Amino acid sequence: MSVLVEKADLSLKYIAHYNKVKELLFEGSPGVLNAQRKKAFQNFVMQGIPTRKNENYKYTNLHPHFLHDFKFVHQKEGQKTDPNAIFHCDVPQLDSYVKTVTNGWFNESKSEGSLPKGVILESLEKVAAEQPELIEKYYSKIAKTETDSMVALNTAFAKDGYFLYIPKNVVCEQPIQLINFLEAAETSFVTQRNLVVLESGAEVKLILCDHTLNLNRYLCNSVTEIFVGENANLDYYVLQNQHNHTTNINSVFVEQERNSVVTSHTSSFHGGLIRNNMKFVLNGENAEANMFGMAFLDRKQHVDNFTQIIHEKPNCQSNQVYKNVLDNEATGAFSGLIHVVRDAQNTNAFQQNNNLLLSDEAIMQTKPQLIIDADDVKCSHGATVGQIDEEALFYLRARGINEDKARLMMMNAFMHEVVQKIKVEALRDRIDELVERRLNGEVAKCHECAYQCEV
Amino acid sequence: MLSIKNLYASVDGQEILKGINLEIKPGEVHAIMGPNGSGKSTLANVLAGKQEYEVTAGEVTFLGENLLDKAPEIRAKEGLFLSFQYPVEIPGVPMANFIKSAVNEHRIHRGEKELTAGQFLKLMREKMELVEMKTKLTNRSVNEGFSGGEKKKNEIFQMAMLEPKLAILDETDSGLDIDALKTVANGVNALKSPEHSAIVITHYQRLLDYIVPDYVHILYKGRIVKTAGKELALELEEKGYDWIKSEKGN
Repeated sequence: MSVLVEKADLSLKYIAHYNKVKELLFEGSPGVLNAQRKKAFQNFVMQGIPTRKNENYKYTNLHPHFLHDFKFVHQKEGQKTDPNAIFHCDVPQLDSYVKTVTNGWFNESKSEGSLPKGVILESLEKVAAEQPELIEKYYSKIAKTETDSMVALNTAFAKDGYFLYIPKNVVCEQPIQLINFLEAAETSFVTQRNLVVLESGAEVKLILCDHTLNLNRYLCNSVTEIFVGENANLDYYVLQNQHNHTTNINSVFVEQERNSVVTSHTSSFHGGLIRNNMKFVLNGENAEANMFGMAFLDRKQHVDNFTQIIHEKPNCQSNQVYKNVLDNEATGAFSGLIHVVRDAQNTNAFQQNNNLLLSDEAIMQTKPQLIIDADDVKCSHGATVGQIDEEALFYLRARGINEDKARLMMMNAFMHEVVQKIKVEALRDRIDELVERRLNGEVAKCHECAYQCEV
Repeated sequence: MLSIKNLYASVDGQEILKGINLEIKPGEVHAIMGPNGSGKSTLANVLAGKQEYEVTAGEVTFLGENLLDKAPEIRAKEGLFLSFQYPVEIPGVPMANFIKSAVNEHRIHRGEKELTAGQFLKLMREKMELVEMKTKLTNRSVNEGFSGGEKKKNEIFQMAMLEPKLAILDETDSGLDIDALKTVANGVNALKSPEHSAIVITHYQRLLDYIVPDYVHILYKGRIVKTAGKELALELEEKGYDWIKSEKGN
């Protein structure tokens, strides 16, 4: 009983906080964001912070992560430092168009290069205030607050994040990179809300990097809605590199129209708890969704990739490959739902999850789930949890390669398939290097900031 | 070069080798023949340092040093090479990276400089030609998708790259057609010198037409029961193994 009260109390804390800061949330916020706030809050009250009794959170216990006394920032503070001055992405030859977000707030900063005509990359809050018609049509349309309490909590507190708009038939040759910093003076709760719209025929490669700039504790609850029009093409790369006192709840919702192709690729290098919710809805014929992910976990880290692909229309294909390497007492989870609705004939859906355990204490939970309501479909899935192939290891050693190096080669080989899916060459090369460093036991730091994963 | 004295070894608690004695001098080629399950592959794996095989008694010295307490990679770098009966496919490990690492590890061990990319490619081309290896190695993973014959040629190619002092060929002939067999034999013979020795493990005499042994040993129930010159292989070919079985009792 006391446990129940405690759990209820935990949600109450956030409910009380909302009530306390309600005016701040509404004040100065664009109507289009405010319009969803109250309903979202009510939906959060109804659902509360998910417990492990919730099937979707069976393998991830969020509760301990919500216990801390977080500081919230509900109004944009004056920009203290120029992020460009303290941070420089050192991926060579990446040549991306860069913008930054600090603690969920979009930074006004300069980037080298320029965006093609009509492309908007701006603060969500700003665009929602100045051009609400661009936001209204999409905001909170696929990230449902009724069925996901983390989305509800995000929508209740949502103030800012980035907004990316690519007009019809505009092809962005230069990748767009968004660097999300966590940098606050105390234990902080961060809410980030993003919106991406690709009109028909638009093309862009988006690279998202998550970093912590100091050692304070953070909980980041972000929601991204992505709308991909007919014949549009999106590559969505995510690099998660935050210290081990960070809780990262990252929910991404994608809706695809006819003939569109979306490829998401998530590399989880560091983080205390990472939960990636990825939901793709294939809403037009011949759409293609690819989801790739890899995670490297050691110490007490936890990574949970929770994917859903909804085949709404016929002749679509989806393809998922997720791999994890787990060491020490790390725990991981993969849940992948493929839902083929009635009449979504000729669906081709593939899912694969492979896991490599390096210690006896590491635990991996994997749960493929297929719901098929059409009769002419091709769906396959496979999951493996195993250790390094001793026969192969011996083969390498028998040729003079020492055991540590041979293990490293084997682990690299295991991840190779996922690394190869990265189409931006400079990014692929860098990630390849980060993978090697991470597997080698070095901190896979990709920049020069304060960063310690020992904590 | 290699001296095996009263070697006993078991796997999963089952004793397979029951007192092997064998002396191999520089430049010698020894063939080890014997029926299935007699311990031929066990001997090869024990010498290469495979962990599942537990040595329960006896000693092995290689180039004057105790071999058995050395890690497999050290044995390799000191000049012992095992051509695997079943070469392992290792998806994701590029063949060129693998062989380059192996060659350089050997060189570092000998106190030599690592090869430059150019030197390495030249050496690789040369040795591929030697074993008539037509398989394109770039962009391919170790043994992945190789046919049975290609895998065996790949073993000999690796041997040619590493130039071991003692090569142990574990049924390298199995599954090879006569042309591939000749190629493999040429690769082995190219390495033959007064300093290089080989142990050829085989079921059949035909490989020994091309790699001529100085001695032929018959391994049966974990022991060497007969040793003679190359004529013993012919005798075996003619009579089969049954006469050994009846001679030594079941």
